[in-house]
Amino acid sequence: MGVEQKLGNLGIVTTTLETTVNWARTNAMWPMLFGLACCAIEMMSAQAADYDMSRFGMELMRPSPRQSDLMIVAGRVSRKMAPVLRRLYDQMPEPKWVIAMGDCASCGGVFNNYAVVQGVDEVVPVDVYVAGCPPRPEALIHGVVTLFEKVKGEKFKDLVKA
Amino acid sequence: MSEYQLQEIPVGPYRHLVSERAVSGETMLLNMGPQHPSTHGVLRLLLELDGEVVVNCIPDIGFLHTGVEKNMEAKTYQKAEVMTDRLDYMNNMGNNLAYVMAVEKLVDLDVPPRAQALRVILTELQRIASHLVWLGTSGLDLAAMSMFLYCFREREIILDIFELVSGQRMMVTYFRPGGVWRDVPVEFEAAVRNFIKIFPKRIDEYEALLTKNPLWLDRMVGIGKLDAATALQHGVTGPMLRASGVNWDLRKTRPYAGYEQYDFNVPVETKGDTYARYIVRVQELRESLKIVEQALNKLPLGPVHSDNRKFVPPPRSEIGTSMEALIHHFKLWTEGFPAPKASVYSAIESPRGELGVYLEGDGGPKPYRVHWRTPSFDNLSVISKIVKGHLVADLIAILASTDIVLGDIDR
Repeated sequence: MGVEQKLGNLGIVTTTLETTVNWARTNAMWPMLFGLACCAIEMMSAQAADYDMSRFGMELMRPSPRQSDLMIVAGRVSRKMAPVLRRLYDQMPEPKWVIAMGDCASCGGVFNNYAVVQGVDEVVPVDVYVAGCPPRPEALIHGVVTLFEKVKGEKFKDLVKA
Repeated sequence: MSEYQLQEIPVGPYRHLVSERAVSGETMLLNMGPQHPSTHGVLRLLLELDGEVVVNCIPDIGFLHTGVEKNMEAKTYQKAEVMTDRLDYMNNMGNNLAYVMAVEKLVDLDVPPRAQALRVILTELQRIASHLVWLGTSGLDLAAMSMFLYCFREREIILDIFELVSGQRMMVTYFRPGGVWRDVPVEFEAAVRNFIKIFPKRIDEYEALLTKNPLWLDRMVGIGKLDAATALQHGVTGPMLRASGVNWDLRKTRPYAGYEQYDFNVPVETKGDTYARYIVRVQELRESLKIVEQALNKLPLGPVHSDNRKFVPPPRSEIGTSMEALIHHFKLWTEGFPAPKASVYSAIESPRGELGVYLEGDGGPKPYRVHWRTPSFDNLSVISKIVKGHLVADLIAILASTDIVLGDIDR
């Protein structure tokens, strides 16, 4: 079909712009350096020597929301922290993704009480939930890879806001 | 865009906390945190700055308030223990120990010697793991990136040991009232011996990189001086207090869990600056390793939990054959054990200082009141005094040297 057959073995690959852009996004996703509680320590482990998340193009943690694509909500979100978290999310440029790391960020975890937001999806839209208290670094990496799968299937028209 | 433009912080609500110069606009108020890589969590510092010099520093805490104490009051004594892991998340074994010691004191339960020795080994390993995170992250704050990678490499070995004994890397819940959860597996001794063998060389490596490094010295010597009197006034404990020349370590002054049997030194420095705190903590790494080695050599054989069936669940093998054991098991896991109407306080030396638990029983299976005396809270209270007159960059070094954990402060 089409151009590949005509050109023969010239080392040319055809693809769509969408696929290329999504491929590029998954290989250089910059997470925000933003730890809340216990899970942040496991997030640090995932960045450090043994697990080395930079294998997935994620060695660059940006402390500024303006420069990051991915927010990893690592830990319990208190009612005092929730507005701050939302503001950080709003400050991130599009396109942006959120991983809820750990049980507390996903659903409140063991803390079913007055102080903790019962799942960060009350505050920001979440793409991937990672279970565990705290999740092992492998689990976080699996969550990130799952997010990459999602990003690879994204369509441009879905990203355009009406 | 206008909504998120840099906004000047109004002096109004902070009028009573800042100097006169802030009111006239001579100095500037600046927010640091709650999302900042060097606040080691979600701490907000309101800074009053004269150029780059810190005039006032007002900590604003509570961004990680979790309601742990209230949650614990709604659970039985056994089930409340899972909450303790999540308080000071660098010192999970230590939190477990402080809590189970309080429960044991409340219900008057004795612990067999093997369990005591295991507790000592594991809390000392936890102290090393905690200091490693501190060393790695404060190295990161002062632009020594490689320290972070080295320290986490060694920390993984300790976490593997924890996983071996409890099944979890961080939230271990391994110590239980009356002993420990189960006996350690056979691989435990070899794993700890391996760590004892390799770790001293690794400490030498860290020291070779940092202790005499001119950049490290420039950033640390003479920065954030804390004198002993101020430290005592503010209730500062742990390595911060010992770096200011006060020889106070609960493992020596009020021994618990059999610490009096072990031979170790308490490192004390007199300068009280950021560098002194670094030296104290690095020495503690070596001392903790000494304790681990002694405890492992002397590790007695025998049961790992008390055989008082009113408080400790029976082994699985008994439940099938003994009616009593079945009843005890059922009572313990449905109702819990009742504790007398009394109040106790028990404290341990955590990596950050005196970690205390106040427990009040009301005769039922749930605590009436639980309160935690957490070292980071008191250690942070002194920060506004010791950063005055230093540069913002020095504030980073000082904050790193206090080794605060926000989960410990906000609870």
